[in-house]
Amino acid sequence: MSFPFLSSVVFVPLLGMVVVMLIPKQNVWTIRWTSLAFSLFAMVMSFWITWDYFFNYSGSAAMAYVEGPYQWIPSLNIQYYLGVDGISVPMMFLTGLLSAVSILASFNIKIRVKEYFAFFLLLEAAMMGVFVALDFFLFYVFWEVMLVPMYFLIGVWGGPRKEYAAIKFFLYTLFGSLFMLVSILILYFTSEPHTLDIMGLIQVGPAMPHTLQMVCFIFFFIAFAIKVPVWPFHTWLPDAHVEAPTAVSVILAGVLLKMGTYAMLRISWPMFPEALRSLSLWIAVLGVIAIIYGALVSMAQKDLKKLVAYSSVSHMGFCILALAAFSSVTALAGCMFQMVSHGLITGALFLLVGVLYDRAHTREIAAFGGLGVKVPVYTGIMVLFSMASLGLPGMSGFVSEFMIFVGSFGVLNKVLVGIAVLGVVLGATYLLRMIQRIFLGEFDLARWGKLPEINFREIVAVAPLAVLTIAIGVFPKPLSMLMSATLEHLVNLMAR
Amino acid sequence: MFLWALVVISFDLFTKRKTGSAVGYLSLVGLLVTGFILSITGYGQGFTTMFFNDPMSLFFKIIFLGAAFMAIASSFGITSQKIVNHRGEYFGLILLSTVGMMFLSSSNELLSLYIGLELTTIPLFVLAAFFKDDKLSVEAGIKYFVVGAFSSALLLYGISFLYGLSGTTDLVQLKINLAITHLTFRNIGLILVLSIVLLLAGIGFKLALPPFHQWTPDVYEGSPTPIAAFLSVGSKAAGLVAFAKIFLNGLSAFYGPEMAPNDWGKLTGLLACLAMIVGNVLAIRQSNIKRMLAYSSIAQVGYIMIGMVAMSALGLASVGFYIFAYLFANMGAFGIVAFFEDKTGSCQIASYSGLSKTSPTLAISLSVFLLSLAGIPPLAGFLAKYYVFASAIDAASSDPSYSWMYWLVGVGVVTAVFSLYYYANVIKNMYFATEPSLYRVDFSVPAMSVIVIGLVGVFLFGLYPEPILRFASSIPLSFGFVPH
Repeated sequence: MSFPFLSSVVFVPLLGMVVVMLIPKQNVWTIRWTSLAFSLFAMVMSFWITWDYFFNYSGSAAMAYVEGPYQWIPSLNIQYYLGVDGISVPMMFLTGLLSAVSILASFNIKIRVKEYFAFFLLLEAAMMGVFVALDFFLFYVFWEVMLVPMYFLIGVWGGPRKEYAAIKFFLYTLFGSLFMLVSILILYFTSEPHTLDIMGLIQVGPAMPHTLQMVCFIFFFIAFAIKVPVWPFHTWLPDAHVEAPTAVSVILAGVLLKMGTYAMLRISWPMFPEALRSLSLWIAVLGVIAIIYGALVSMAQKDLKKLVAYSSVSHMGFCILALAAFSSVTALAGCMFQMVSHGLITGALFLLVGVLYDRAHTREIAAFGGLGVKVPVYTGIMVLFSMASLGLPGMSGFVSEFMIFVGSFGVLNKVLVGIAVLGVVLGATYLLRMIQRIFLGEFDLARWGKLPEINFREIVAVAPLAVLTIAIGVFPKPLSMLMSATLEHLVNLMAR
Repeated sequence: MFLWALVVISFDLFTKRKTGSAVGYLSLVGLLVTGFILSITGYGQGFTTMFFNDPMSLFFKIIFLGAAFMAIASSFGITSQKIVNHRGEYFGLILLSTVGMMFLSSSNELLSLYIGLELTTIPLFVLAAFFKDDKLSVEAGIKYFVVGAFSSALLLYGISFLYGLSGTTDLVQLKINLAITHLTFRNIGLILVLSIVLLLAGIGFKLALPPFHQWTPDVYEGSPTPIAAFLSVGSKAAGLVAFAKIFLNGLSAFYGPEMAPNDWGKLTGLLACLAMIVGNVLAIRQSNIKRMLAYSSIAQVGYIMIGMVAMSALGLASVGFYIFAYLFANMGAFGIVAFFEDKTGSCQIASYSGLSKTSPTLAISLSVFLLSLAGIPPLAGFLAKYYVFASAIDAASSDPSYSWMYWLVGVGVVTAVFSLYYYANVIKNMYFATEPSLYRVDFSVPAMSVIVIGLVGVFLFGLYPEPILRFASSIPLSFGFVPH
C-alpha cells in the first residue's frame, strides 16, 4: 500500500482545524499562520498530485491514487473509497489553491478569529472530500458537512442581512441534497448486490427501468443544479455572495459552484445516459436562460459584488450548456476549462471587490469614479481580471468559451448556441461599463483622496490566480491533456 | 435474568432516605450496576413464556438505562435548588419508571405489557407535577395524568377485544390464533378493525402521534426539564416497544393491502406522515425551547414510525438505531436546556442569544446535538435518518403494492428541511448575535458527564456505528424476522 495521498489532502485541513481550536483565542497571529500553514500544506500536496497525475496517469481514464475500498460500515455496505481521475484532479488543484489564497485573504478578519479559521479549515476538508470520494455515502457526507461551516461563516462574519442569507443557503442546499439522498437509496436497492460504489453504479444505472432512470436523474439534477446554480434555482446565490465575507465568496464562487457541475459529470451524466439524452435539450435551454438572464441582471446591478455574483450565474450557464452537449469531448473539455477558469477569475474578482470594500466601506458602483488615478495597481489587476472574465483572447476565459461553442455548435440546436454567444457580448457590456464607472471618469478627490493602494499581502493572494489565468489562456494544452482520456471515457459511457 | 435488575433498583429505592445529593449519585450507581448485570446475563425466559430477555428487550433496556442515567445526571441542579426535601422521591420515581420500561420490554404477553406501561407512566405523572408551587408544572401533571389514563383505558379496551378474538393474551399464541381465525372465516370483521384503531389510539397518545399529540408541548413545558427529556426518550421508546410487540408481532399477519380493512400499515403510515408534518411545522413557531423540542420529538417519532411500517428486518433494525441516536442527541440537548434553565431560569430561545461568547462549550455542544437531530452528517442522527429512509425505500422498491412508502420518504425529506430551520434558529441565536450573552453557564461534574456522553454518542455512532448496527440488526430476530 502506498502513502495515502488523497486522505492526507482531506484530513490535513481537518487536523489543522483541531490544532487551531487548541490555540488560545488571544494568539491571533499564531492562529492565522497555523491555518495558512495547514492550507499551504494541503495545497502543495494537491499540486504534487496534479503534477504526478499529469506525468504518470493522465494517459488512461482509470482512477489513480485509489484508496480502498475499505469497509467502513459493512452492515450497510458503506465503504471508504477514494480516487481521482482527469476531472477531479483539476478541481482538487483549484480547491487547494483557492483555499490557501482565501485564508491568506482572511488575515484582516478581526472578530472571533479562532472560530473563523477553524470553520474555514473544516470547509476545505469537506470540499476536498467531495472531489475525491468514490463512495456515495462518503460523497454525501462531505457534500453535507460543507454546509455547516458555510452556514456559520456567512452567518457570523457576514454583512447586514447575514442571518437571512445563511439560512437560505443552508435550507436551499439541504433541500437539494435530500433529493439526492433518495436517489442514492433507490440506486442502492436496485443494484444487485447492493452497493454504494459510484463507479459500480455507473454500470448499473443504464439497466434500470426508464421511469426510474428519469426520476433518479431529475432528483440528482435538482440537487446539483441548486449548487451550480442553474436558473431557476439560483436565488440563494446573490444573497449568499453579497452577505458573505470576501474569502467565503471566493470559495463559494471558486469551488462550491463547481461541485454541482463536477457531480453532474461524475455521477448523474454517465449513470443515466438514456434520461440524459431525452432531457438534454431542456438542460441546454436552462443553460442558455442562465447565460442571458445572469448577464442581463448583472447589467442592472448597482452593487459591485452583486454584479460579480450574477456574472457567476451567467458563466456557470456556459458549463450547463456544454454539459448538455454531452457527446462532444470538446464541449466537455470546455466545461472543465470553464470551471477552472471561472474559479480563478471570479475568485480573483471577489478578492478584488473585497479589497475595495475594506478600504471604501461601500460597494456601490455609482459611489466611485476615476479611481484609476489614485490606485493604478489595483485598477490594473481589476481590469486584467475583468478582461479575462469577458473572454479576451489570451486568457483562460476565452479558451473555455471558445471550446464550449465549438463543441456544442455541432451537437446542439444551432439557434440555441447562437443565443448563448450573445451572452459573451452582454458579458463585455456589464464588465466594461463597470470598469468605466469605477476607474475612469471624474475622480472625487474629497471622498476618495485618501484611498490606500492594494497592499502586498493582497497582491500575493491574487498573483497566482493571475499567472494561471494567463498561463491557461496562452498554453491550454497541459490542462486539456490532463483530462482528455477521462473525458473520452465519459463520452463513451454516456453514449451507451 | 432480568429480575436481578428489578432487585437492584428496588434495593436502591429503599436506601435513599438520606439527604444530600448522595442520593442522586447512588441512583446513578444503581443504574450502572443494573447495566452491568444486564450485560452479563444472557438471553432467556421467565414465568414460562411471559417474559423474554431477547435481543430486542436487551437493546431497549440499554436505551432506558441510558435515558434514565442522563436524566438523573441532568437533575442535580433542580434537586439542589428547588426540591431539596424530596430528592429521594424524585430519583426513586425515575428509577421506578425505568423498572416499568424494562418490565415492558421483556414482557411477551398483553397484560404484563399493559402493567409495564402503567408502571412506566404513573411515576411520570407525579414527576411531571413535581414543582408543587409552579402552576405550569401542576397543569402538566394533571394534563398528562388525564390523557395518560384515558389512553391506557383505550389500550386496555383494545386489548380486551384482541383477547376476545383470540382467547389468549400471549403474543405468539395470539398471532397463531388470529391467523387461524382469519384463514377459517376469511374475514374477522369489524371487531378487529375496532381493536386496531383503539390500540393505535392508545399507543398514539403515549407516543404523541398526531392527532393524539396536543398534550405534549404543555406537559414538556411544565414539567421539570430532565423529566421532559426522560419523557421524550424513555417513555417514547417504551411506547415504541409496546407498538412493536403488539403490531409487528401479535398483529403481524394483518399488514398489507390484501388485508384491508384490517391493514394497520397504511393507517400507521398516515399517522407517521402527520407526525412529521405537524411536529416539524409547528416547531418553527415556538419561542420556548422546551416546546420546540416537544414538537421536534413528535416529528422524530414520525421518522421512527417509517421504520416500523416498513415491517421488515431492516425497518426494525433502523427503528432501534434511530432511537439510539436520538437518545444521545435529545438527552444531550435537553440536558443543556436544563443547565441553562438552572442558571438563568429561562427557556426562551431568545435568551440563548450570544451564548457562544460566554459559554462556548455549551453552545457548540448544543449545536452538535441539534444538528444531529436535524440529520446533518457525519453525526449519528444522519445515519439514523438514512437507515430509516433506506428501510422504507427497500420495502417500496421490492413490492409495488408498498409504493405508497415513497410518499412517506417524500414527506420525511421535505419536512426534514423544515426541521433544519428551527434547529438552526437556536444556533443562530447562540452564534450570530453580536452582543455577548448576559449569562455564563458553568458545569458540575454530572452535567459535564451528560454533555460528554451525548457528544461521544453522537460522533462515535455517526462515524463508527458498526457495533450498534450489528446489535440493532439482531432486534428483528426477536420477532422471527429474517434479514434478507
